[in-house]
Amino acid sequence: MKSIVVCLMPGAKFDKPTAGLLAAARGLDGQLTVIVPGTVGDDTTASLAGQADSVIVCEAAGLSEYQPELVLGVLQLVCSDLNPDIVLLAGDTYSQELTPRLAGRLGGVSAGDAQSLKLENDNLRVTRSVYGGKATAVVELRSKPAVVWVRARSFAPAAARDSAGSIEKRIVELAGEAAKSVDATKIVERHEESTGTVRLEDATLIVAGGRGLGGPEPFEELKKLAVVMGAQQAASRAACDAGWVPVQWQVGQTGKKVAPELYVAVAISGASQHLMGIADAKIVTAINTDRDAPIFKHCQFGLVEDYKAVVGPLTERLKALLS
Amino acid sequence: MKILVCLKQILDPEIPPRDFTINRETHQAIQGSANLVTNIFCENALETALQLRERSPGEITALTFGPASAEDSLRKALALKADQACLVEDDPATSHNSATTALVLAAAIRKLGEFDLIMVGREAGDWGAGQTGGLLAEQLGLPYVAFVDHIESAGDGVTLRRQTELGWEKVEAHLPLVVSITNSEENVPRIPKTRDIMMSARKSVTSWKLSDLGLTDDEVKSNGEALEVVDLYLPEKKSDCDFIEGDSIDEKIDEFAKRLASIVQSA
Ligand SMILES: Cc1cc2nc3c(=O)[nH]c(=O)nc-3n(C[C@H](O)[C@H](O)[C@H](O)COP(=O)(O)OP(=O)(O)OC[C@H]3O[C@@H](n4cnc5c(N)ncnc54)[C@H](O)[C@@H]3O)c2cc1C
Ligand SMILES: Nc1ncnc2c1ncn2[C@@H]1O[C@H](COP(=O)(O)O)[C@@H](O)[C@H]1O
Repeated sequence: MKSIVVCLMPGAKFDKPTAGLLAAARGLDGQLTVIVPGTVGDDTTASLAGQADSVIVCEAAGLSEYQPELVLGVLQLVCSDLNPDIVLLAGDTYSQELTPRLAGRLGGVSAGDAQSLKLENDNLRVTRSVYGGKATAVVELRSKPAVVWVRARSFAPAAARDSAGSIEKRIVELAGEAAKSVDATKIVERHEESTGTVRLEDATLIVAGGRGLGGPEPFEELKKLAVVMGAQQAASRAACDAGWVPVQWQVGQTGKKVAPELYVAVAISGASQHLMGIADAKIVTAINTDRDAPIFKHCQFGLVEDYKAVVGPLTERLKALLS
Repeated sequence: MKILVCLKQILDPEIPPRDFTINRETHQAIQGSANLVTNIFCENALETALQLRERSPGEITALTFGPASAEDSLRKALALKADQACLVEDDPATSHNSATTALVLAAAIRKLGEFDLIMVGREAGDWGAGQTGGLLAEQLGLPYVAFVDHIESAGDGVTLRRQTELGWEKVEAHLPLVVSITNSEENVPRIPKTRDIMMSARKSVTSWKLSDLGLTDDEVKSNGEALEVVDLYLPEKKSDCDFIEGDSIDEKIDEFAKRLASIVQSA
């Protein structure tokens, strides 16, 4: 069994998703090669080599930043040389964008959002949530290579291996169609939208608001509560779609997957698609006027009240308790 | 600009979990009393296309691959003033993966003519695969940008805004191009007018079978076997909630605050 892990690492750091991705790959048997399309520091390369049999750092003109056609062209070349059975990627935007295309180019089959991986008769089996979290499916990928992006952050990091793998720097030159299509798309600006001091995915405390808040102003009230708790703010899709808060705040199936110690859902009904984003939260609680709101089925404790009557006094009480 | 929007009809994803049932043998969801609806991200895509056409001249074609019932999705698109609609009819008994879907959509697109912009949703609300767009781009040999939420025409190409997990990016792209569309406050789907819904019933929908596209059942089937669902089950139910009770709201808030404080302090 030959596996490849593609580390896009937009931050060029050996971060939590990278560690999780490698752990996911090491859970499978066989030969493991890490491919990094782009420049990374020696520290990072060494950390990668601690997890794999070999690391290939690719260099090509323009590869210092992610551009879809270029990175895809490079990966196609390097991967097809290795003739892998499995290719794994993390769950970032770029990895999600590349996964089906790389499968298409390598003549394989693709899947996304893998929560666990298993080998069965040499085929990769992927467990994933479907129907907006209302069901779980196990799918078997029967064509080679199986190209899959995984929920990298959900895998616990693995310790480095006893002996480090080899490190190779490879100069890649695209030719033919791949070279011609490189300029078809170009990312010309990159903007970060701050969601607080740390990334939502890494937050330990989250206060989230939903459609029941009725507008953008109550999110300001929730902000005061969040500040007192030292929590970060998040939202349901309904609140983001309404334009009350940035879409980067969205938690759920098509938003962030968070794993805080505490998630406070205020005026969020708890649709299965929203719950998919908080499956890894330790403690969930909610403030909602509707005792039958599905969110309460996922709460350890909850408060059936109008948020308007609660948030102000609650903030004051917590300020006193936490000072 | 010639725009093609791929629409998928799915089981209403907003039905509550208690109304959602599956057949564990066939690994399929049971429709029961649930409605069939157009996948929300396909509606976001159509909305993005409609807005683009309002700003610069264009023509919109809606395409779906599905059972006869999927014509409803196309009728709705026509009611929203899509220029033409095409259904590739599928046997409802067979389930497909994204690779077969991309194969079929690509064949239909080639037969429909040349398009500048081909739009799909970021993922379907049923199986949430999120694979079709990228696979379709490869089938057609076109570039691809995912998670786009805004498109402007610029010279002979387009400028896109696409969401990333950290923020957003501006992307300049040549045409033809495949994009996947995600939701934003700007592309919330509009509601068709009653009159337009009635008018749409009279418009014609092109209907093709796989054989009209030069595809054989076997070809589609063998492609489909590359990915097989081996199990489908319902996740276990979560435990009951301990509701905070009290004689007054102040008392309840007090108790709630204490619980939160102790978690915050130990976190
Ligand atoms: C394919 C797909 C993907 C999706 N992805 C996501 C996703 O990633 N994230 C996501 O969040 N959603 C997602 N959704 C949408 C999801 O199905 C729900 O529509 C959405 O989560 C509802 O948001 P909400 O809970 O804020 O609003 P609602 O469901 O409208 O709930 C509002 C709640 O507020 C309560 N309330 C009202 N007034 C008050 C008050 N004064 N005080 C206290 N409580 C009050 C109500 O009782 C109600 O429970 C997705 C849907 C689809 C189809
Ligand atoms: N049967 C289909 N007919 C038309 N478009 C589809 C079909 N299946 C998937 N798509 C398109 O591909 C997108 C992503 O679907 P998926 O890859 O299945 O998650 C959808 O939002 C549609 O735009």
